[in-house]
Amino acid sequence: MCGIVGIYLKTKKFEKNLGKMLSGMLNNMESRGPDSAGFAVYKNSDKKEYKYSLCINNLDFNKFKKDISKKIRNLKLNQYSDHVIVRTPEIPKKFIKFINKELPEVSIVGYGHSIEIFKQVGNPKDVVKKFNLESFSGTHGIGHTRMATESAITTEGSHPYSTGEDECLVHNGSLSNHNNLRRELKKKGNTFTSENDTEVAAGYVSNSLSNNNSLKKTLVSGLKDLDGFYTFIAGTRKGFAVVRDEIACKPAVIAETKNYIAIASEFQAMAHLPDVNDAKIFEPEPGVVYSWGN
Amino acid sequence: MILDLKKLKLRKINEQLQGIDRKINDRNFTIINPEGNHAVCAGLTEELNVNIKGHVGYYCAGMNQKANITIEGNVGTGVAENMMSGKVHVKGNASQSAGATAHGGLLVIDGDASSRCGISMKGADIVVKGSVGHMSGFMSQAGNLVVCGDAGEALGDSLYETNIYIKGKVKSLGADCVEKKMDKKHLKKLNILLKEANIKNHKAESFKRYGSAKKLYNFKIDNISNY
Repeated sequence: MCGIVGIYLKTKKFEKNLGKMLSGMLNNMESRGPDSAGFAVYKNSDKKEYKYSLCINNLDFNKFKKDISKKIRNLKLNQYSDHVIVRTPEIPKKFIKFINKELPEVSIVGYGHSIEIFKQVGNPKDVVKKFNLESFSGTHGIGHTRMATESAITTEGSHPYSTGEDECLVHNGSLSNHNNLRRELKKKGNTFTSENDTEVAAGYVSNSLSNNNSLKKTLVSGLKDLDGFYTFIAGTRKGFAVVRDEIACKPAVIAETKNYIAIASEFQAMAHLPDVNDAKIFEPEPGVVYSWGN
Repeated sequence: MILDLKKLKLRKINEQLQGIDRKINDRNFTIINPEGNHAVCAGLTEELNVNIKGHVGYYCAGMNQKANITIEGNVGTGVAENMMSGKVHVKGNASQSAGATAHGGLLVIDGDASSRCGISMKGADIVVKGSVGHMSGFMSQAGNLVVCGDAGEALGDSLYETNIYIKGKVKSLGADCVEKKMDKKHLKKLNILLKEANIKNHKAESFKRYGSAKKLYNFKIDNISNY
């Protein structure tokens, strides 16, 4: 069991409150996933610079700052506990190569023009507080609370998984053909950092998007290629999409108001949201892809 | 009496409703701010009227006996699961497995119910004014499932003696589920259920009845080579 949440703003009204809305949703999903938590927030993008979300683990921030400043130009750093958001015009290929070679203790959680992504082991309430999610503004966000089943409780095993520029994916469920699919995707050039099944699904989505397929088309093909139980929320720069497998054992509920779309594993995750009692509330149908903003 | 789930703990409210003194005459309760909580009004055993104002989570009114519970909102998984008697009325939509394994009583859902509605029911009556999702009535053993809208895939798969009445379209029938003749006794029962659910715009004659072909009841010796 895990908890997944997402919020997509249709208007600008709640942009400043996005972090607050998302943190409440994650806090309320503690009962579905007390082992680790994570979230991705999308903000209006600056095409001139990239944002790299890094987990520096046990590395001292000042040492990290000193080391990275030697090699990477035009840096801006924002520290959130053991995560750092690095802003720089440096392109991903060079930046990732540098990190992997020079700072092996640092893990890259995600990157893009718009996405900022954080995840860590621990109770969702503590994780949300640690990264000060309430202070975030943005256009849309996705979150996850994990009850670990098929791989260990680690930062790498936490969601969201980001395997492409401004892409991320959260998952409630389990996949049964992930080992096969991982092998196939490796042949196509994908790289993986964990043994986790969800990372394979994220890789599958990234691979399809890089072949110029739409997110909707990607998830429709996923219904055929991904075997197992799942509710996925997949995020991109423009918005997000949700899909449940055709058996639909894993829950999801959507609330739509004139200002936002909220999705969560259970209604209690969204009970605190503004105007939710007047929202149109429905369950996504099995095997149907719903997308917003894409 | 008003019970506020924002101020009182769920367990406290459920204990109060479960432990009601038989001599007390005030048997009308309203629960406010349910906020998607699970197991609201689970295990009630007395004749009470409880009105829940808002959306609730999983297993609302589970194991109900005698109580009359109305939910003015949507319900999560397993509303009125294993109900024994009484009435549960959902004014919104219900998530999956509504009325699962229920032995008796009446469950009325004004909106839609999602997958596995009435799974393994053992004698309850379920009336859904909207549509039901896939695998509804799966392995259901006794009772009646009435649907005024449509039914999803594999309706009544492997069912036993439950009668299923559908007004709209059936996407597909499950294993051993077939359309059956509507006899007078069925029309009579259906009319009673429509009346109890306060449904006036659908006539019993416009429904189709589905039930078990009973081909799975006994092992067929002709199939021995498959095992």
